[in-house]
Parts: sequence; C-alpha cells; structure tokens
Amino acid sequence: MAEPRKLWSFHGGLHLDDHKSESNQRPVQHMPLPDRLTLPLHQHIGQNAEPVVRVGELVKKGQVVARAPDYVSASIHAPTSGQVIEIGDQPIPHPSGLNDTCIVIEPDGQDSWTELPEPIRHFRSETAADLRDRIRWAGIVGLGGAAFPTAVKVNTGGGRPIDTLVINAAECEPYITCDDVLMLERAPDIIDGIEIIRHIVGARECLIGIEDNKPEAAEALRQAIVRSADSDIQVVVVPTLYPSGGEKQLIRLLTGQEVPSHGLPADIGVLCQNVATTAAVADAVLRGLPLIDRVVTVTGQGVRQPGNFRVALGTPIEFVITQSGGYSGEAHELLLGGPMMGFALHDDQAPVTKATNCLLAASLQEAPGPEPERPCIRCGECVEVCPADLLPQQIFWHARAHDFDRVQEYHLFDCIECGCCAYVCPAHIPLVHYYRYAKTEIWTLERERQKSDLARRRHDARQERLERLERERKSRLRKKKEALDKKSGSSADASKKAAIAAAMKRVADKKAAHKAETQTSDS
Amino acid sequence: MIAAILTIAGLATVFGLILGYSAIRFRVEGDPIADQIDALLPQTQCGQCSFAGCRPYAEAIAAGEAEINRCPPGGETTMIALAELLGRDPVPLDDEEAAEKPKAVAYIVEEECIGCTLCIQACPVDAIMGAAKQMHTVIVDECTGCELCLPPCPVECIHMHPLEATPQTWKWPFPAQAPSEVVNG
Repeated sequence: MAEPRKLWSFHGGLHLDDHKSESNQRPVQHMPLPDRLTLPLHQHIGQNAEPVVRVGELVKKGQVVARAPDYVSASIHAPTSGQVIEIGDQPIPHPSGLNDTCIVIEPDGQDSWTELPEPIRHFRSETAADLRDRIRWAGIVGLGGAAFPTAVKVNTGGGRPIDTLVINAAECEPYITCDDVLMLERAPDIIDGIEIIRHIVGARECLIGIEDNKPEAAEALRQAIVRSADSDIQVVVVPTLYPSGGEKQLIRLLTGQEVPSHGLPADIGVLCQNVATTAAVADAVLRGLPLIDRVVTVTGQGVRQPGNFRVALGTPIEFVITQSGGYSGEAHELLLGGPMMGFALHDDQAPVTKATNCLLAASLQEAPGPEPERPCIRCGECVEVCPADLLPQQIFWHARAHDFDRVQEYHLFDCIECGCCAYVCPAHIPLVHYYRYAKTEIWTLERERQKSDLARRRHDARQERLERLERERKSRLRKKKEALDKKSGSSADASKKAAIAAAMKRVADKKAAHKAETQTSDS
Repeated sequence: MIAAILTIAGLATVFGLILGYSAIRFRVEGDPIADQIDALLPQTQCGQCSFAGCRPYAEAIAAGEAEINRCPPGGETTMIALAELLGRDPVPLDDEEAAEKPKAVAYIVEEECIGCTLCIQACPVDAIMGAAKQMHTVIVDECTGCELCLPPCPVECIHMHPLEATPQTWKWPFPAQAPSEVVNG
C-alpha cells in the first residue's frame, strides 16, 4: 500500500458531473472488423507518414504501410491482412471537416500476421536507444489524445535527467472511461510499460496520478505493483477536479512543481505519459506488437449501448456507432473527445485514429447548441477557474481585436483549451473558439513568414547568380577583345606595315626611276 | 572670457573627435530601416508596387519616396505592420481588389508546354525547373504566386491554382456570433 503522499493543488478547475457510469459498467469488448479500414497518414503530431505500399498490394496484419519520414513522426501499420484498394483523399476526424490522404485497406478476413520483430523479454539488459527504436517501429504516440510520438518524448537527449516519471491515469474529462477500463483489464501490462519507460529515461521514482472516482482501477494498479515488487512506483489518488488530467496540472498536483511557460516537463526533470501509452509500450517491447488498435469509449444519450471497445485503427466511426447499438433517436451531435475539449465531427465516415479516445453521441440536452454570445461583463469568473493561471478575458479581448502580439503577451500558448472559462462564462462567449482562432492565425502568419524568408533567400541567390553571370560574360568579352588586339599588334600589324613600307618603297623607286629618266632625257 | 572660449572650443574638439571616430568605427552597413521594412514584406517579388521587387520597394519606403499601401500580396496586415514600424498612419490599400485575391501558385499544363524557358527567366525565385525544348514544371513549395511567369508564356500554358487549405494549414474561423456592441471595460 502506498503511504499517504502530500498533494499540491493547481489554480482554478471545475467540479463537473463525471458521467462515467454510462460507459464503464462493462469490460472492453472487441469490435469486429469493418469492410474497409481507412488509415490517415497524419494521425500524430509531426510530419505525415509516407506510404510504402502501392494500390493493389496485399498486406499482412502488422506490416508497416507508411513509414515515418522524419524524426517527429510515427509509422502506421496494417491493422489486419488484406489488400490496399486506394491511397487518396478520404474524410478524417478533424474539426475542419477537410479530407486528407489515407491508405484504404480491404480486409481479407484471414487476419494473418506478418513476421514480427523478436520480443525483448529482458529489457533491462537493452540500451535506451534500442528500446526507443522498438517504440518508434511500433508507431506509438501519446494515446491520451495529443498523439505526440512517444519515441521522441522518451528521448531526453542528454539534457536534464528525468527524476520523476508521472503516469497520467487521471482521465478527468466527463464521459471518457477508456483508460479506466483499460486499467481494470491490463494493469500488469501498464506496470510493465512503466518499468520499460523508467528504464529508458532513468527516472528515480514513478507516480501514477488517478482521480478518486476510479477506486477499482487504482486498486488494480496497486495489486499489479505489489506483484511486480517495484517499490518505486506509487499510485497517488487525486481529488476529482477537472482538468487534473492536464499534463501540467497533474505534474503540479503530484510534485508541486510548475512547468515553465514555453517549456516542457523535462525542463523540471519530469516526464508525463498516459496509461494507455504505457500498455502499448509493453506490447511493443515485450511482445513485438505494433500499435494497430486502441480502446475507444462510445457514450452519450445518442447511442443505444454505450461502452468501451477495442477498435482496429481505421474503422469508420459510423461502423463503431452501429456496433454499439446504433444512434438512438436522441442523437443530436457527434463529438470526438469529451464534452469539454472535444470537437464536433462533420462526417461519421471518418475513421478511428490513434488519437480517438472517445466518441460522444450527445443528445440536445447533453450538448445544447451555443447560446447567443453577449458582451463581456468583466465578471472575472473565467480568471477564477483558469487552471493555467491566465487572464482569459484579456486574451479574448485581444483575440477579438485580431491583436496577435498582445494575445501572446498574455501567454495564449500556455492555454490548454480545457474549456473551463467558456463553461462558466455568464455571457456565453465561446472563449476557447477565440483562442483556437488566434492560435491558428498565429501559426499561419509564422508559416507565411518562413515562406517569405525562403523566397527572399532564393531571390537574393538568383540576383547574385545573374550578376555573377553578367560579370563573367563581360570579362569573357574583354578577354576576347584583348586577345584580338594582341594578335593584330603582332603578326597582322607587322605584315600590314611591311606591305605599306613595300608599297611606299615601290612608289619611291618609281619616282626615282622617273626622275632619272627625265634627267637623262633633259641632258 | 578667453578661458570660457577655450573651454567650449576644447569640448567641441573632444566631442568632434569622439563623433568622428565612432562614425568610422561603428559604421552600419546598408540601411537598417530598409532591412526592417524588407523583413515585413511578403517577398513575392511580384512588382505590383511598381518597383522591381520587395527590396527596392523597401528602400523606396525607407527613403520616403513611396507610400506604404502598395503591396497587394501583403494586404492590410503588412500595411498595418509597416505603419506601426514607421510610426505612420494606416492608409487604405492602393489596390483593394488585388489584395483580396486568394493565395495561388502557378501551374504549368505540361502537355502544352513547348520548352521555351521564357518563364524560367521571368521567375524571380527560381521556382520553375526545365531546360530548352524540355517540359517545365513549377516547384509548388517555392512558388510565391507573383504571376510574373504568365505574360512571357507564348502558348499561355501557365495557370494560377488557388492554394486550398489542408487539415494542417486550416484555420479556425473567427467566431461567427460576435455581438455588434461590446461594453468597454
């Protein structure tokens, strides 16, 4: 049993109805395979993966179909065996509703595995680099929703050593229970994954932060720790307060340390990983399995049989909903993620990706349409609840005025978009929407600036080249002229002079002869 | 009287020497104001400002010979940034219509291209690849959309394709329900 540990607290936060019991009453169910699997090339933060298969090619389960072209990227594997029937634009789960490049696989029903790498049973005798390579091969990304490539995150790059490994099991957002049921089902694997990550980063201790509304999951983890006999891993139960599962908030709760603005947890010697990610790491290292499926919560009053499902990546969301009993008459809006941070899906043909933690088919009562926005009355409620200690109304003010320098002065980029400010706003201002607007505008400006820098460099290089060519042409002309002059100065000139001299001599001779003739005739 | 004149003259000499020395020692190459202006311009090198590129326009603004509202690709954002940098008042754009054009890149219809290289010579950022009597093509990532390659093409096989948003470049729209009146705090 873990001894009671001092807990710190973060600023603000909200007590919300957790709505967990709708979906966490049954264990994880396996979802059958659909007729086609759509794998977007962009399921993670970083560069798009590059397809390494062609249309018509037969692929085996677990085969790499798209590889990571860059360091910050993640490869994608076939979730089952079958044939690649298309590589092209398909609906993806994205707030824009835009399509993006996907590899479409038609399962052959055999579900036959490709040759997998050897399991690494004795991971403690392996180097951190080898284990990172395995995680990288498996295409693992943060499964909490941010989808940052895990192999990059666990590479501390020889900077400040990691002191504390924080495992995020808080799952603070209402409705979502995929980590909760995963902990009940796979607690030993989670502990294995934690030990592997601890070995990679060399962390002294590990703290698993879990909210007090998941006592069974906490107990399952404690028992798994007892079995593993690793006394440096501790389960720390934190009070249920949204958003305690935010990375920076959880680190503050457990260690009392604050992640610096524009900084990373690694700057204060902390690394944070989601529980589901640690289970995927255990699969990759101890079993040689790539990341080809994940647990997804399907919930809300808009779906008939809410629950948690192990879904193959690429399964259409519409198929997932059908398998959980289909839409009930009350479905009003389909959200990806929870009610606080999720976004509305435009198309339920979009597939489940590595970042899909929850599908919330919300009824009108659960997701009432936005109330008309009214002017800000400067009540300061948003400041009270902001877990990032920001001034939401000031950021809103400047975002609304398109003043992107000022919003950054007010630390817009420390905003975690948790939605607390918009939730309490009595004027119903869609505050998070303003922040997202400002963030994407600033990113666009930054991209344009980079593009114009590139254009300037290329233009300068071209000017320089044109000038150099002109100089070279002139110097070539000059040289040619000089050569010509020299030539005429030597041989040609001499022969000309000789010819002139000869002619003059002839004339002089003629004259002399003529003179002599006249003289003789005169005499 | 003499002492006062000598003191002032002495001081003047000393300061003159210091100023003269620093003018040589700390001499700034180029025109820093023009550099700062150039950094704000979009570098399309399109010449719509009637200058031969972004740098000449920046130099003209720095010399006070040109207004700050003549860059359609930069649009209002650039004009306001220039106004802030130079402490001038914002002015309406010279060519509003051109400024509202969506961003586009040149596209060569390869079946029609005769390989004359005229567009390659016109491109200010070397974004067109090709050789004489060989098909040409535009390097999309490097194209600034300046349209300078359009007039020289003898077979009119270059078209401008508007850049479409991808999920990576997509921007959240400005919230639609903004109230018309805001109580000022």
